[in-house]
Formats: sequence, C-alpha cells, structure tokens
Amino acid sequence: MSEEIKLMKGNEAIAHAAIRCGCDGYFGYPITPQSEVLETLMEIEPWKTTGMNVLQAESEIAAINMVYGGAGTGKKVLTSSSSPGVSLKQEGISYLAGAELPALIVNVMRGGPGLGTIQPSQADYFQTVKGGGHGDYRLIALAPASVQEMADFVGLAFDLAFKYRNPAIILADGVIGQMMEKVVLPPFKPRRTDEEIEKECPWAAVGKKKNRERNVITSLELDPAVMEERNNHLQRKYKTIEENEVRYEEYMCEDAEYLFVAFGSSARICQKAVELARAQGIKVGLLRPITLWPFPTKAIAKYADQVKSMLSVELNAGQMVEDIRLAVNGKVKVEHFGRLGGIVYTPDEIIEAMKAKIM
Amino acid sequence: MTIEDIIKPENLVYKKPDIMNDRPMHYCPGCSHGVVHKLIAEVLEEMGVVEDTIGITPVGCAVFAYNYLDIDWEEAAHGRAPAMAVAIKRLRPNKLVFTYQGDGDLAAIGTAETIHACNRGDSITIIFINNGIYGMTGGQMAPTTLEGMKTATCPYGRNTKLNGYPLKITNLLKELDGTCYVTRQSVHTAAAVRKAKKAIRKAFENNLNQKGVSVVEIVSTCNSGWKLTPEKANEWMEQNMFPAYPLGDLKDTTGDSQTK
Amino acid sequence: MAKIKGAIVVNKERCKGCRLCVVACPAKVIAMSKQVNSKGYNYAQMANEDACVGCASCGIVCPDGCISVYKVKVD
Repeated sequence: MSEEIKLMKGNEAIAHAAIRCGCDGYFGYPITPQSEVLETLMEIEPWKTTGMNVLQAESEIAAINMVYGGAGTGKKVLTSSSSPGVSLKQEGISYLAGAELPALIVNVMRGGPGLGTIQPSQADYFQTVKGGGHGDYRLIALAPASVQEMADFVGLAFDLAFKYRNPAIILADGVIGQMMEKVVLPPFKPRRTDEEIEKECPWAAVGKKKNRERNVITSLELDPAVMEERNNHLQRKYKTIEENEVRYEEYMCEDAEYLFVAFGSSARICQKAVELARAQGIKVGLLRPITLWPFPTKAIAKYADQVKSMLSVELNAGQMVEDIRLAVNGKVKVEHFGRLGGIVYTPDEIIEAMKAKIM
Repeated sequence: MTIEDIIKPENLVYKKPDIMNDRPMHYCPGCSHGVVHKLIAEVLEEMGVVEDTIGITPVGCAVFAYNYLDIDWEEAAHGRAPAMAVAIKRLRPNKLVFTYQGDGDLAAIGTAETIHACNRGDSITIIFINNGIYGMTGGQMAPTTLEGMKTATCPYGRNTKLNGYPLKITNLLKELDGTCYVTRQSVHTAAAVRKAKKAIRKAFENNLNQKGVSVVEIVSTCNSGWKLTPEKANEWMEQNMFPAYPLGDLKDTTGDSQTK
Repeated sequence: MAKIKGAIVVNKERCKGCRLCVVACPAKVIAMSKQVNSKGYNYAQMANEDACVGCASCGIVCPDGCISVYKVKVD
C-alpha cells in the first residue's frame, strides 16, 4: 500500500509508522503521555496483517529486555515510554549499546524529577545524550518537532540503528506525542524474511548453523585488553556516526544577528518567535538540532562567527545549553530560557527572554 | 583382555557431548553447573535441534555458559532472561528458547519477569539452578537459602525474622496457568542425573510442541559457597535441601508423566 | 557366561579432582592420582582396572565431562 494522509496524534503516528516500516515487534508498558502508542497497536492488531508482534509487558524493565532479546535475534523491535519509565529502561539500554544491538526506544518526555508531572518537558536531554545508563556509550537521538516527524523518524531511526548496530532513540515530548496534525504515513514496507535477516545480521543469535561459530550476544568481557578494544571499537563507531549523521534545520539564519537553538516542540514555538521578533526588526534565526546526538556542534560553532549571542530555549533548567557553550567555546554569549513545571512558553515570552538575557 | 583392547572407538559408551567444547569451565571442582550444562548439550544433540536453539545465560556463575556449549546465546541482564525468552519465542516461535538461571537471578531480582513469563504461557523452558546461595559474588544469602543456613550476609544463619523465609518459588510457579510442566530434580548421583536428563528432554519437547512454560529446577550444590567438599556437599544437600525442596514433578499437564 | 569388561579414559588436564566419580563408582575402580595436572589438581584414574564394568556412572556425574567410558562383552 502507498502513502496515506491522515489526521492523528504523534503517539498514534509512531504506531502506524512502526507497522508500515516492517517492524517485527513492539514491547511496552503504559505510561502517560505515550500510552496511545501501545493502545493504537493493540487496536490495529498488526499481527493479523504484517505479522508484527505487540506485547504489553509487566514493566518497563521487562519491555526493554524483550527488545534486547528480540534485537539479539536480528529482529526490528521497539519500545516506547515516558521519562520515569525510560529511567527504568536505562539498564537495558546500556546492555543494548554494549552488545551493539539495533533497536528503537521512544521517549515521550514528561516533567521530573521523580514522578514529576505528566505535562510536557524536555528534561531528559542529559539522560538521552550523556549516557543515562552506565558505561561509555551513545544513543543515536532524533528529536521530532511535528507529528510528521514522529512518523518519519521511526523508519529513519531503524535505518540508522541497523546501519551502525546501535540503539536509537526518538526523544519527543508530551506536546508532540499528544497533539494532532496532518501526517503523510509512509508506504508499507514488508517485514524482512528470516533469510534476509540472517544475511543482514550475520551476528544474530538465530540458532547455530554448522558452517559457522556460535553467535553470542553479550556485553561482558573480563579480559581487560579485550574489553578496552571493545570500548575503543565503540568509540570509533561513535566518531563515524558523529562525522556522518548530524542532522539539523536552519530557519532565517542567513542574516541573523541572534540565534535561538531549540529542539522538538520548543523549536516550533521559537519559529513563531523568530517571525514575531523580525516583525519588530530584530534579526534572529533558529537552529533546530534534529539529531541531539550526534550534536550539530560544527554548525553552531560556525554561527559563533556570525551572531552576537545565542539563546537555548528548552523546557528544562538548562541542559542542551551546555553543549551549545561547548560548541561556541566562549566566542559569544549563550544563555538559557526554560520553563520547568509543564507550562509551555509563548513566542512573546521567548522574545522577552531574548531581550532580557542576550541583547 | 587388556585395557587397550577395551578402549576402542567401537566400545565407546559414554563421552562428553560434542557441543560441549574443549574450553575448560570456570566452575569450582564438583559444581553442579557442569553436569547440567552437559545434560542440556546431550538432550539438544539427541533431539537434533542444535540449529534451532537459542539459550539465554543469566548473571551469576553461569553467565559464561555461552563459552562452553556451542549453540547461539544471548546474555541477559540480571534476572531479565525470562522477558528476553518470551520476546524471542514470540518473534521466532519455531525455535527452542530456554533460559538458564540461578536462584538469585530467578527468585530475587528477576521474580517479576519469572512470574509473568510463567503466567503468560509462551513455550519457553526455564532451567533453574537452586543451590541456596549466591556463588559468583562470594556466597551471600539467596532467596532460597535455608533457615539457619550460614552465608556471607547471614553469617549467624538465616534468621527468618530478619530475612524472611526460604522462597519456594517453584511451588508458586506450578500454580500459574501458563506453566505446563514444573519439576524439581537433582544431579548428585548417576540415577538422579538420568532422571534430570529425562526432565530436561521433556521440557525441551514441550518447548517445540508449544505446550507452555516448562520449569526444571535442579536442586544443586555450591560446595565453595557451602564450604564443604563436593562429596560432603552432596550429603548436606540430601539431608538439608531435599526436605525443604523435595524432588519430583510438581505439575504436568502435558498428558504423559514419564519422569515420575 | 558372558562377562562385561569396562574401562575409562580420563582427560587429565580437564579434571579438577572433585572426586565425585570416585564416590559414584559402584565397583571402586577410581582413585585420585598422586601426581597433579598443570592446574595443580590430582586427577581421577583407574586404580582397580579389573573391576570396571563400564556402567558410566563416573562419566555421568562428572561435572567437567572428563571421562569417556568403554565397554565390551567378553565370552
């Protein structure tokens, strides 16, 4: 089947896109504000059509380990959750990264710390791009700013995950997950056959054939020299990803004297703020990181030679701002503006913050 | 007749199974793990299903089981093997998917995953090594540690007021509708090993016949943790473990009770 | 009358000297060596060759898969 235009929530778009991109399995546990992913899948019953499995696990911990188990057999599997649930998944995510398994995690963020609030937040930036779980590892992190991107990034995240044998994460927030927009759903792509999987993933644990050594999915290695080489290998892989997979979008940056940097729903609001500010004669542009890791460090560094100052607009206490400061390395002033309780800033508030903090 | 006349290929009646490789196992002398590994290898070979088997190793002494049996493996986070097995079985229903777990892995940190996997009823097999102690971390108290039994974290003996009671998890699992075969075996004598092998065979057949969860508990020794010789550990197990964890089938809904 | 004769071959390097085979043998065939292997373990060996009937109990209980068992009928 071909493309289809629909009106739906971001969470629903994740579910539809997963089925359409030939996903083999979803394992999740309900948590606001992302429960529609599981609900939508259970309503569609894709096991009757594409053969995709859907399972409500007993916990987020079980769900991520189901993903780990399934990914270890070369299958295309995902889980979704929201902040407290993603905290529970961190052990499994670290194991996925350590065992170099391709998989997709979707985090539709809510406010924290602790049980926090079910309202929108972007406070899991650090958790997503700085580790989250234990050990030296990276997740390929995509930050959608629309329902369309929720749909598009499922396929993209899987492509990148399999290309690099690395878990990928879609970091959305309650706004993107809950809002309804027009979305063009991608055409159906058939699930890979077992033969295709064995060809694409010769490392997968699918049952040992006589003509090869056993395949072992593990992150454990007690020989220090071998462990160091494993880690060096991971770091080399991360470097390759940093060189090749940075994605970002620029809006009215050509003549900008000031720069907003924002991702996800914040970028949507900043886009309006740019338009309103320009109507007031303020030349401001917006840089929207699409990949939070790898971070668009070089692109931002380039603007340090052009703009007077930058404002990182995030629904948190100031997280991405640290990476922007690292990118500009002191060349220009970089400040942060955020809200912390689930209240989303208006474009006017952002302009006021810009005037107060960086002009 | 000389020894050389007897030791000829045509007279061979017992040997290490082929898929148990030559790599020396890291287990302590006399450890039950080796025997159970061997039984799994023998059964998989005899069933002719090596190419269709995916094993899941735990965290604990048996974490390195994947080094010794030449099958495909996944190594789980502590306690999570049953969740992984459920997903693998759903995604690859024709594979023989089994977990190999110790008492801490299965009955402490992984209790939720164990119970829900057994309740859901996917046809996986759980091989459960119960030696009443944490071996790999140096002999700490397990959920299955007996009352009064001394370990590194209950050095004066397990006090039920302080630590609760030994968890008879297998008795719980037999109550769940998703399990089809729940049995408790041991490997301390040749006769016991033969019975345990039959139980594993049956559990693996249930696995491929999609009958539900099979749980094979092996009441085992940890002679290092128990601070006994392998021989004395077997005696201690018979005297102390078997009364708390009596051997035999706890449940069999498969219709052929051959292992009684 | 036909008599059963057995023999075992122990992989000395693999043996950890746990003695479980000694205990399991109904015919008291096995004893531990005086020598040690490269890991420092005394290893199992046939001490009473004539008594072995090839029942394989030793091999079955051996945790390390060290013992191969041979059996032949003698007329």
